[in-house]
Amino acid sequence: MISQAESTDSTARPVQNLVARFPRASWRFIRRWPVIPVVILSILLTFAVFAPLIAPFEPNDLNLRRNLARPMWYGEYYETDPLGSKLEKRHILGADKFGRDVFSRVVFGTRVSLAVAIVSMASGTLLGAWAGITTGFYGGLFDELMTRFVDVWNALPFLLIALVVSITIGQGVIIMMVLLVMLTWVGLVRNVRAEVLTLKTRDYVLAARVAGASDIRLMYRHILPGVSNLLLVLASLRVGGLILTEAALSFLGVGIPSRIPSWGQMISDGRDTLDEAWWISFFPGLGIFLTVMSMNFLGDWIRDRTDPRLRQLAD
Amino acid sequence: MFAALSMIVASMAVFGLAHAKEDPINLFIQPGYFISPETLAALKAKWGLDKPLITQYLTWAGNMLRGDLGNSVQQNRPVTKIVGEKWGATAQLAIVAWIFGTLTGVPLGILSALKRGSVTDYLARGFALFGQSLPAFWIGLVGIWIFAVYLGWLPVFGRGSGLPFFEQAKHYVLPVLVLGWGPMAGYMRITRSAMLEVLDSEYIKLARAKGVSNRMVVWKHALRNALIQPLTIAALLLAGFMDGAVLVEVIFAWPGVGRVAVEAVNQNDFMLITGTVFIFTALYLVMSLVADILYTIVDPRIRYA
Repeated sequence: MISQAESTDSTARPVQNLVARFPRASWRFIRRWPVIPVVILSILLTFAVFAPLIAPFEPNDLNLRRNLARPMWYGEYYETDPLGSKLEKRHILGADKFGRDVFSRVVFGTRVSLAVAIVSMASGTLLGAWAGITTGFYGGLFDELMTRFVDVWNALPFLLIALVVSITIGQGVIIMMVLLVMLTWVGLVRNVRAEVLTLKTRDYVLAARVAGASDIRLMYRHILPGVSNLLLVLASLRVGGLILTEAALSFLGVGIPSRIPSWGQMISDGRDTLDEAWWISFFPGLGIFLTVMSMNFLGDWIRDRTDPRLRQLAD
Repeated sequence: MFAALSMIVASMAVFGLAHAKEDPINLFIQPGYFISPETLAALKAKWGLDKPLITQYLTWAGNMLRGDLGNSVQQNRPVTKIVGEKWGATAQLAIVAWIFGTLTGVPLGILSALKRGSVTDYLARGFALFGQSLPAFWIGLVGIWIFAVYLGWLPVFGRGSGLPFFEQAKHYVLPVLVLGWGPMAGYMRITRSAMLEVLDSEYIKLARAKGVSNRMVVWKHALRNALIQPLTIAALLLAGFMDGAVLVEVIFAWPGVGRVAVEAVNQNDFMLITGTVFIFTALYLVMSLVADILYTIVDPRIRYA
């Protein structure tokens, strides 16, 4: 009897302690690991991958009977629809002026935003890495020309260039990605080049050269791993900005073509009916905000974890 | 020298883009309308599109040097005149937003560096994070929805010219907030990290060890050195506003150059769009030159090569 009581007592105490410490411990955990951004991003990624399964409606289904249907928490609307018969499916986040389901469109919009941002970030990073490593490694006239070129490129007003491209070349997902790659890679060249300049004088690189390694081998076996941290940090910090740019272009009507649901386009769609149907513009914007914020958080975290020396890069 | 070179490359890029895919002549032939070959040739001759591309570029560049950016296709008026009319509105908006960004971002950065780890620091950083993560055009729309439509405190769009000062100022509130928030966040982060770095340096420790009062350390020793970075990006940011101005002007129906550019795109007005883009680029290049010069003045340790 006694021993049993003791044993329950002794197990109860740590449990109690654990409960008491739980808020503090979990707070510490959240501050130490990027829990919230990762959760948000995985939800969004699920949305993107399984969009047709999650979305209750086809994103482009028009249904004028349901135009400007209110989100589901305005329960009263759903008692009867304007014609008096019950609606079979509710619009979770309402519908836009053509009766297209906002939630489904937001879910499908995740696809475009994430795909465009990730693909163009990845290719931009590769291109930037190549340019940075080659210029830094070889130096000389090529380096000089490339650096100047990058400076000029940086000076071009990107949004306006994209506008020009949209009228002369056209619109499309691929064009959008190419534009974003053009925007991304120049931002990396300077940083990568500076890093390569210090790396190539390191003893291990010189040793490899003495051992007879070719230029290509030196660059990609010995120097590239040295800048990979920097590349990861830069890419994760800037991918948020890319999503914002893509949305801005789609908002102006020169980004993703209108047959593909995208967040920027949806925000622009809701502009005319802002006073009666705020949800059309609000939720896509929320999607952008959550994505970009999570990316920025994650980028900051990766930067601090991998190399606190890179702190200045954020600014 | 470098600025001039950049300008040439930039002008070529802009011109090349405008002629990238097809004859710009096709842009203002309405599809479905018949146009006789003679008229087409006449039109081409009128806009100088019948000559080889290099000649076209040289003519364009030569005219540009004389301050002539050609005529708008739609309005048939000089591009410089159209842009000149709208320039004031854009510049006003950008400058007010720039002042707002500087006056809030820099002090917030200083404050959050001084009170590192406190509630103030977290609030300020949270504010900055929002500024960097929220799409400007969305803040604009939500702002219109809350303050103009729902509460009715602020006007919905336009510049409100001709109204008394206070009424006109109301027209600036939302656009300036929308345009200034992002840069403000940038300012804040830069000032904060610069300030933290300086506060950690040897000479600050020396000053403290000498017994210099806290206020003197912060305002005289630390701040002057911490301000180098924010100051130098100030010029660049002002130019960066031009990009943001396009969006803000579209949202708030602000009668500025950005809107002209977007309208030019919608109307396929290639002369107007190349002209506007070129002016923006030139402005940015001048600003980055100013930034470089400022940098060497503020911090003599850096020499401009």
